[in-house]
Amino acid sequence: MADAPNQYKSEVKSLSFYYGAFSALKNINMRLHEKQVTALIGPSGCGKSTFLRCFNRMHDLYPGNRYVGEIILHPDNVNILAREVDPIEVRMRVSMVFQKPNPFPKSIYENVAYGLRVRGVKQRALVDEKVEEALRGAALWDEVKDRLNQLAYNLSGGQQQRLCIARALATDPEILLFDEPTSALDPIATASIEELIADLKDKVTILIVTHNMQQAARVSDYTAYMYLGEVIEFDVTDTIFIKPKNKQTEDYITGRFG
Amino acid sequence: MRDDKNLNEIRTIIARHKLWDFVFMIVGILALMIAMLTFMALFSHMLIDGLPRLSWDFFTSFPSRRPGSAGILSAWVGTTLVMLVTAIAAVPMGIGAGIYLEEYASKNLITEIIEINVTNLAGIPSIIYGLLALGLFVHQFGFGQSILSAGLALALLILPVVIVATREAIRAIPLVIREGAYALGATKWQTVSHHLLPYSAAGILTGVIIGLARAIGETAPIITIGALTFIAFLPPSPIKDEFPYISFEWLMAPFTVMPIQMFNWVSRPEEEFQVNAAAAGLVLVVMTLTMNGLAIYLRYRMRKNLKW
Repeated sequence: MADAPNQYKSEVKSLSFYYGAFSALKNINMRLHEKQVTALIGPSGCGKSTFLRCFNRMHDLYPGNRYVGEIILHPDNVNILAREVDPIEVRMRVSMVFQKPNPFPKSIYENVAYGLRVRGVKQRALVDEKVEEALRGAALWDEVKDRLNQLAYNLSGGQQQRLCIARALATDPEILLFDEPTSALDPIATASIEELIADLKDKVTILIVTHNMQQAARVSDYTAYMYLGEVIEFDVTDTIFIKPKNKQTEDYITGRFG
Repeated sequence: MRDDKNLNEIRTIIARHKLWDFVFMIVGILALMIAMLTFMALFSHMLIDGLPRLSWDFFTSFPSRRPGSAGILSAWVGTTLVMLVTAIAAVPMGIGAGIYLEEYASKNLITEIIEINVTNLAGIPSIIYGLLALGLFVHQFGFGQSILSAGLALALLILPVVIVATREAIRAIPLVIREGAYALGATKWQTVSHHLLPYSAAGILTGVIIGLARAIGETAPIITIGALTFIAFLPPSPIKDEFPYISFEWLMAPFTVMPIQMFNWVSRPEEEFQVNAAAAGLVLVVMTLTMNGLAIYLRYRMRKNLKW
């Protein structure tokens, strides 16, 4: 891995994380390549989601959580875990899509526009433009353009998840986090989300947690295998799946364990 | 394969167990009937006694020594104004406290003690609130035996109801909705004002209305404060002819309320006054039922769009 540092969107340096006294992540070091998809795989409880939620400081919402180490965001080289960095600022740069579609009980339009409202964007024309762009980006525009004022709950589960992706895209994030985005969806909706993720990497760096290994193999360029809070192996996805260096990774990939 | 004897045994056991289903159903229906029939009997008794007495004059007349010309004008006006003060005081305070406890307060021993006490406050006998209001509002603050004192006393009384309703309504909002807002960069206040408050409005409103429906029938604290039982005038009008057109003099006016008017009539020896009391009671029950009905309707209307 001798690539120049400017090809990295983010570098994770000796990251550990604690829920109270419990050490959930142990000394993680890895990099997110700019405009590439990086997948986190591993058995339940290995810390994939915990790791993901460090990138937008979601853990700050709850008491007793503690980060040690750094997550450096490029190009400005800022450690987003630093105490003096406002978590709200981090969340404005790093968007997230959740496991279960979680649209707000508002209209389709209002859902997508919410990130802009929070940022104080008031000009109607600009918001309209951004909403359309985001919905097109999430491959939802054609399905909803005639009913933007309808309640988001009238959409199907797959459409709701694409709406949540549009909502996350509308603010032009630098990194997009996906926390098992298809685990609540049927196979057809899952396929369309996977297709979308592949398209999105032209615009944004993506980090995705999945416990579906085939999904990781299909959508990602890089994969990290995690176990008990540690990154056991991190490499190009093909390498991880075809000839992993670590015995443990191989056991998990081949289904002997997990 | 089971032989017939075995199968018959199983059937006997099932039949015996099912007997308990039947016994419990009978017990349950009986319990329900006792509760329902008691209320129905009370209500219909009041209906039969009071309904013929209800007329336009009954609502527009002051109390009188002669039962035939006595009415509830000062009582329902007093109740309405006291409820207005109660709502204006209790709603913002209760919602504010509920939001603070649920969203802002750090979870430690002190907040836990406060939480337990808020819940306990709801169980304190209402006359204690009356004593508190007598000491604090009537004498210490010098509000006197006024609509303001009564309204504030009842506001304290229903505050725990509003706080608990607010907290429960907010807690019913799924975590992922909250996290969804935070993940987009919303601050705590933006999350509260854009999401939590609008989505919990139905539940909060229900709590407020149920609280007010409880307060409307409260007698003990109002008597403790010293509401008059015989009032033959109305408080000063809140609207004036000259600038600034609004007057708050009515807040300081002496008053009576529906339950006190009823209490006054019930304690008279004359039979005709008992009829007046039944009629006033009917009005009070209808007011309370209307408020509860409104709460149910609003909850239904506002929750239609929230699916979780």
